[in-house]
Amino acid sequence: MSKKRSRLGPPWLFVAPALLVYAAIVIYPSVAGVVYAFTDWTGIGDWSFVGLRNFDTLLHDDQSLGALKNTLLLTVAIVVVQNGIGLLLALGVHARIKSRMVLRAVFFAPVVVSPVMIAFLWKYVYNPAPDAGLNGLLGAVGLGSLRQDWLGDPSLALWSVAAMVVWQNAGYSMVIFLAGLEGIGKDVREAATIDGAGPVARFRYVTWPLLAPATTINVMLSTIGGLKLFDQVFAATGGGPGYATETLSTVLYKQAFVFGRYGYSTAVALVLALFVAAVSLVQIRYLRAREDNA
Amino acid sequence: MNRYRPRTFVLELLMVAAGVLFLFPVYALVTLSLKDPAQTAKSPLALPKPPTLDNYTQAWSSASLGGALLSSTLITVVSLVLLIVIGSCAAYWVARTGTRLGYGLYILFLLGIVLPFQLGMIPLYNLFSRLDLIGGYQSIILFYTGIQLPFTVFLYTGFIRALPQEYAAAALVDGASHLQAYTRIVFPLLRPITGTVLILNAVFIWNDFFTPLLYLAGSDKETVPVRIFAFVGQYVSDYGLVFAGLVLGAIPILVVFLVLQRYVIKGFASGLKG
Repeated sequence: MSKKRSRLGPPWLFVAPALLVYAAIVIYPSVAGVVYAFTDWTGIGDWSFVGLRNFDTLLHDDQSLGALKNTLLLTVAIVVVQNGIGLLLALGVHARIKSRMVLRAVFFAPVVVSPVMIAFLWKYVYNPAPDAGLNGLLGAVGLGSLRQDWLGDPSLALWSVAAMVVWQNAGYSMVIFLAGLEGIGKDVREAATIDGAGPVARFRYVTWPLLAPATTINVMLSTIGGLKLFDQVFAATGGGPGYATETLSTVLYKQAFVFGRYGYSTAVALVLALFVAAVSLVQIRYLRAREDNA
Repeated sequence: MNRYRPRTFVLELLMVAAGVLFLFPVYALVTLSLKDPAQTAKSPLALPKPPTLDNYTQAWSSASLGGALLSSTLITVVSLVLLIVIGSCAAYWVARTGTRLGYGLYILFLLGIVLPFQLGMIPLYNLFSRLDLIGGYQSIILFYTGIQLPFTVFLYTGFIRALPQEYAAAALVDGASHLQAYTRIVFPLLRPITGTVLILNAVFIWNDFFTPLLYLAGSDKETVPVRIFAFVGQYVSDYGLVFAGLVLGAIPILVVFLVLQRYVIKGFASGLKG
């Protein structure tokens, strides 16, 4: 141990700059946020500790509770659909098809575009006019009866937002699965083929278990991304119609910067952080156990 | 296994069809940006005839994209340099020390991937405004460096753990200092993962909307997404103009992505091993 350490040089030389910036930008403000969550601070003037009152308010505030429900529904939908599509796309562009390099770039391209800009593009795709955007496409292929007011219908808007997020990020999941597929030795699958396994059996018993690390990272990243979702909702719907697409992130933004309720807003942020932490821990335990069994 | 069989052909057709369907929003984006308002109103989904570039020239000037591009570039480049220098150094020590302290620091950095930035958003804003840093580049560059360090350290640590250790040790025996061994021997070996760190952080920083809205809105240092947001708000009903602005705003990062594309998959592959 000591020999290794001497070879590395003093820790402060290498770690101190990163630790300093990280402490100032992430650790200190987060700890301060936890403290603010228990106050009635408005951003100006004095404040006092109010115990659990902010959390009590949250529990009796229909808008916040609705946002909590929306956030969880959105996250589940995004995690399942985005990773499902991402896996199918990865298997497709991993095969020996001629267009695989072009298709990889096509499916990944939306990932690198700003979510706010994607939201504006999809506002057009979801245009309620019968001959524009998605409705126009449905009409053109003879499915005109499926036309909807995608973002204006409160019972549909949340799922429309989910579809938009999935469209943007499916390429991200695809790339992580693809990296996993490239890490699986060809010999392993060839051996399975020689043993008489068809494509389905090969996927079920060879590929899928060996994709466990990629699945872990994908599920974790999309869960965290879904729970924190802000830009897309803010730009596409602003939380509406009514409160149909309000998420924890849009609620805490409005409470802080529209109503000046900083204390309450950080309480909502703390609930969000606890959710993310709890879900991540459960997932790490479950998914790591699955990796070890693979 | 590598032969192109009938089954491969069917798969190829399916995947191309999926690609075409997937590109529908992009088709709408590009074609509308090339039409004048009359064409857009008459036949929104048809090909533009004749195509016009008027929307592009008008969007460029009325969104003041020139200044926004400079701001975005400056913020992204400086943040990336800081992230790569201090992130790779920290990851090197954390990955190689083998001590409890190293493991503790690794966990501390990973915590940052999970923590929502919203928790510290208001205290940090408050801190920056007390230091009179709001509206300047320093605050937002520091923010991106801090907020992206966890992901950067995670990627570098995974890669460094898989790297052979002998080269740096040999340099130290030859009388190099730790810092020399790192800068001359280790850092050049990190090139593939540095490519990944570069592209993924560049995408995040270039595209981020909320923080520059909070820190820079109304100043002369607004970034591209903030300018586009204001621009769309102003011309909301003129899709041709709005979409030309979107295309112009997305081009720089798409070009960077196409150049650095190969690092994306490689980088994730090394992260998965780590």
